[in-house]
Amino acid sequence: MTEIVSAAVAADHSTPVLSAKDVTKTFKVAGGSITAVDNVSVDFHAGKVLAVVGESGSGKSTLARMLLRLMPVTSGTITYQGKDVTNLGGSELRRYWRDVQAVFQDPFASFNQFFSVGHMLKRSLRLAELDKGTEDQLIETCLGYVGLKSADAMHKYPHQLSGGQRQRVMIARALMMNPKVLLADEATSMLDASLRVSVLNVLQELRDNLHLTVLFITHDIGQACYLADEVVVMEHGLVVEHGTTDEVIFTPQHDYTKRLLADVPDLQGSLKTRSWEPGAPAHVPPPAKDS
Amino acid sequence: MTNISSNAVTAEAEGPLVPTDPTPGPKAKAKPAWMNLNFGPRLWVSLGIIVVIALLAFVGPLLYPYGPDEKVGSLYDAPSAAHWLGTENFGYDVVAVLMASTRNSLINGLLAGTLATVIGVGIGVVAGYIGGWLEELLMGITNIVLAIPSIVILILISMSLQSTDIPFFKGIVGLALVIGITSWPWTARAVRAQASSVSTREHIDVAKLSGARTPGILIRDVLPYLASYVVMAWVLQLASAILAESTLSMLGLGPSGTNSLGMQLHWALAFQSVATGAWWAFLPPTIVLTLISFGLLYLQSSLDEVFNPRLRRGKKKNLAAAAKRREEAARKLEEEMKAPAGVTEVIV
Repeated sequence: MTEIVSAAVAADHSTPVLSAKDVTKTFKVAGGSITAVDNVSVDFHAGKVLAVVGESGSGKSTLARMLLRLMPVTSGTITYQGKDVTNLGGSELRRYWRDVQAVFQDPFASFNQFFSVGHMLKRSLRLAELDKGTEDQLIETCLGYVGLKSADAMHKYPHQLSGGQRQRVMIARALMMNPKVLLADEATSMLDASLRVSVLNVLQELRDNLHLTVLFITHDIGQACYLADEVVVMEHGLVVEHGTTDEVIFTPQHDYTKRLLADVPDLQGSLKTRSWEPGAPAHVPPPAKDS
Repeated sequence: MTNISSNAVTAEAEGPLVPTDPTPGPKAKAKPAWMNLNFGPRLWVSLGIIVVIALLAFVGPLLYPYGPDEKVGSLYDAPSAAHWLGTENFGYDVVAVLMASTRNSLINGLLAGTLATVIGVGIGVVAGYIGGWLEELLMGITNIVLAIPSIVILILISMSLQSTDIPFFKGIVGLALVIGITSWPWTARAVRAQASSVSTREHIDVAKLSGARTPGILIRDVLPYLASYVVMAWVLQLASAILAESTLSMLGLGPSGTNSLGMQLHWALAFQSVATGAWWAFLPPTIVLTLISFGLLYLQSSLDEVFNPRLRRGKKKNLAAAAKRREEAARKLEEEMKAPAGVTEVIV
């Protein structure tokens, strides 16, 4: 395991933008404690998409929350641009959040339902400390970047937007800070298939055009394959595999990774096994062979 | 920011990054949130009771010919055309005293209930949101206050207030403060649980990432989510405070020289109105007190129905419209089921 991680790290010699070293998170529960993240070390390099893949309960969201400094670490160190940010607080933490932003899983729960999109976006801009004229222009630019029109979106409340629109507003909100790192925590898991692709494409564009570092957390290794440059596989709080996407997808080393890959639905294979026309709806029984 | 602008321009030149959703224009605004609330008959009945009581307390004295300090007869004069509910033990008009008593009881309830709600919500929200040692400390204090029998505290403080020289504390306001200070713990405990649940929601993380500070998050991101609960707690506190004041006053521990529903009952009992059959001395304050409590408690339960969508009882026309929509959906599904059958035949 250590060799795999070392090999992946050796592949990229550049200084990481964000880095977690021996990070552990333990939660106290009745009758003992649970280690959600166990001694995880991972580096995020500029302009790359790193996907963290694992089943529910593997500790990937806890890792993301610690990297965002929304949750304290039990032990270990988080560094951003070479500076230790593990115990930041107050205005220093707010400055960190200008550079490290996030998009969360539930596009509805991420909104304060009492605020309109415009109110929420303007509130977020206080962190950026811009003047009013620049604010409006920036909001328009960022909404435009995710395919939304400012005039249509600004006055709307969350319940008046579709799931995909909400998630794109959230990406626009994060973009307004002009962050260096974007953490997308299961940002597509509550969207339907077509919206999922559009959000993945937006993330891809952000990496390619803005040179943004993206931490993409997902339980779907297929999505990681679509988007990521590097993949980290987590199981029960441990990093079990780490490498480039090609290495992890095509030459998986760990049994857990192999199992995750085996669980990806094979669309082509399933179509071949069907004995009737692919266009026919599922409830129509296959025609008898002698007909 | 330069990066974003330049790339956005590029993206625009190449067309939108993602297909634009067919969003309705500004004209297709949804109904405001309050219009989607379910104002059922229970709410109107309870509000009606409270409005009638409030009119009796605040508008009645302006129209009624007698004042509560105006001696118009002797001990327990029977009801007559001039005095609809007769006179009480000191010879004052019962209706005039009843209106003044109701006003004072409502003011006492408002002051005490609001104070208890403010303290309870403040402590509960801070404890639930911040958590950790502060939560332990605040909930420890709450549990200590809960463990002390509040009626004993109320009696002791009321007795000491009667002997104080400060006029402010001798009146109805002093009693309201005492009731408010002793009745917040249940609200604090309930609000703490709610705030603790809200604090784990993602919009709180988004607020933090947007640079919002703790007081701002508490006021703008936590409290609005508790608003319905707080309103219901406040209504309940109002009813409890009015009943607590009446209990103390009836026991003779209320502010002396002040009219209140409890004091009216106290004097009625002291002057043997029940034994002498002077029902007009004790029945009107009892009925008003019951109506206030019933109205407020009914309002509290109907507000639960208003705010909780699962408890809503649909209006008949809404139910009919929903049934029609379901019927239409079933018909469409049936048509869709029929269509592929034809396709299958062609394929075969």
